[in-house]
Amino acid sequence: MVEGYLEFEKPLAELERRISELRQMNAVENGVNLSDDIQRLEKKLARMRRDLYSGLNRWQRTQIARHPLRPYTLDYIQILMKDFIELHGDRCFGDDRSIVGGTAWFHEKPIMVIGHQKGRNTKEKVSRNFGMPHPEGYRKALRLMKLAERFHLPILTLVDTPGAFPGIEAEERGQAEAIARNLIEMSDLTVPVVTVITGEGGSGGALALAVANRVLMLENSIYSVISPEGCAAILWKSQDYAKDAAEAMKLTARDSLDNGIVEEVIKEPLGGAHLDYQETALNVGEVVWKHLEELSALTPEELVEDRWAKFRRIGIFRDEAGR
Amino acid sequence: MSWFRKRSAPPEKSDSRKVVVPEGLWIKCDNCGEIVYSKEIERNLKTCPKCDYHFRISAKERIRLLEDPGTFEEFDARILSEDPLNFRDSQKYRDRIKNAVKKTGLNEAVLSGTCTLDGLKIVLVVFDFFFLGGSMASVVGEKVTRAVERAIQEKCGIVVISSSGGARMQEGALSLMQMAKTSAALARLRRAGLPFISVLTDPTTGGVTASFAMLGDVNLAEPKALIGFAGPRVIEQTIRQELPEGFQRSEFLLEHGMIDKVVSRKELKKTIVALLKAFKNQ
Repeated sequence: MVEGYLEFEKPLAELERRISELRQMNAVENGVNLSDDIQRLEKKLARMRRDLYSGLNRWQRTQIARHPLRPYTLDYIQILMKDFIELHGDRCFGDDRSIVGGTAWFHEKPIMVIGHQKGRNTKEKVSRNFGMPHPEGYRKALRLMKLAERFHLPILTLVDTPGAFPGIEAEERGQAEAIARNLIEMSDLTVPVVTVITGEGGSGGALALAVANRVLMLENSIYSVISPEGCAAILWKSQDYAKDAAEAMKLTARDSLDNGIVEEVIKEPLGGAHLDYQETALNVGEVVWKHLEELSALTPEELVEDRWAKFRRIGIFRDEAGR
Repeated sequence: MSWFRKRSAPPEKSDSRKVVVPEGLWIKCDNCGEIVYSKEIERNLKTCPKCDYHFRISAKERIRLLEDPGTFEEFDARILSEDPLNFRDSQKYRDRIKNAVKKTGLNEAVLSGTCTLDGLKIVLVVFDFFFLGGSMASVVGEKVTRAVERAIQEKCGIVVISSSGGARMQEGALSLMQMAKTSAALARLRRAGLPFISVLTDPTTGGVTASFAMLGDVNLAEPKALIGFAGPRVIEQTIRQELPEGFQRSEFLLEHGMIDKVVSRKELKKTIVALLKAFKNQ
């Protein structure tokens, strides 16, 4: 299978392989002209792509959100920002490499940027713990946010994590407290905070960086209370029902927008962010900048109230007593 | 007659911490396996007189144990769950709610209201684990948030007794967002200078622990309660190791600095009152 293709993209991969074979033959064998065939197949390919990606189900989007070639935080920083200085450590226990953060210049202005970072190769994946933070990761993130607040820097967080790491040490060092602390402290920050869910918005590990004035999602990212596999294991008694769980939990960007959880969905290149880092990052940059500009008009008190109002109204229920 | 006497089997330790069925005259303790007279357990505030095991209790029982008799006045009783995602696994979410209502006589997994403790007015929020595992979705998040707002309005402290499996999956990310909503409400309580006493009881895990339950100005826990973020089974599956004895129990959290004090049920009211009085003395 061609690298970077997902299971449901197999027909596309197959067609692409045939086209490239024809191209080679066309170049080698001068006698035959295959250009017409190639053109015809390329048209077919474009049509197939459009059809496939316009009708993605929630499980397919989950797979794109988790694509191993999907751009990560450091990719966005590299394309969108200048002079990034990574800052390390929580000043309590250690430096969690599954979260990166530091100062950078965005549109000629200083910003604090913080995000989850998954690894590319096996070694890096392990050292970054597959983007699953320990408590020191959240605490580092909070330290950097408080630092930003002191020096009036806006904060951008980029979220892409399967979730908090379920391990003995993480519990010993109080990951519940670390996540909870971020929730209360982020809600109280007096500078603009914008979050983009870029890939997997996995439960508490995601939310700990996402109590923002504006929460935006890339088109194929997901935001959920538990992984589809975890949900399936509990409610369907088997991980094999992950696809059903993904459907039931309504975890796509579009769903989140409909349920009032996020403010805007950011477009991805057809087929997913991994196909064009540049285009994806520029889309993200444009929308983030728009929201930061809007928020820059608010006073510190208004920023806190704006964030409170955003989260205060989330929830769907019936109030028979009225209010 | 045989030469060797068969050694008696060690007392059975059950992991399934089931609640006491109040009908029976005699009850076998889930922890030590002793057979105890049920009236004695009742008298002992639903703890085992032999081993001090704290049985799980319903929200209503909890309120009765804490309030000054007859002072609890519930508010927000008519906030009811919708089914925003139209969620269905082996069962419809709507049916799960209906069954839980029938089973517990409650509308949702949390009761909130005002009452006095030794004459001190407080807002009291109590989780009921028997209602869908005390899980938090839109209604629970809203009720907790309104309770915090009520405390601010009435200028009094708030006590939350948690017992919850965490965020409720059937409302997806809406449940997750309740963690942020309730925690943000506590930031406002903090600004108002009012105290929040969080009491963690067996079990408190997931999104409830990772939001308001860990944010008490004082965090108290009942003895041997399971308290954590990730559930023990999930951790075991991830690291493929057996978990150490006592892992994620109250005493473990005390040792790791995550809670202020382990308090037995008999001492709970006294402890809460003493703390609230200390904080009130400005």
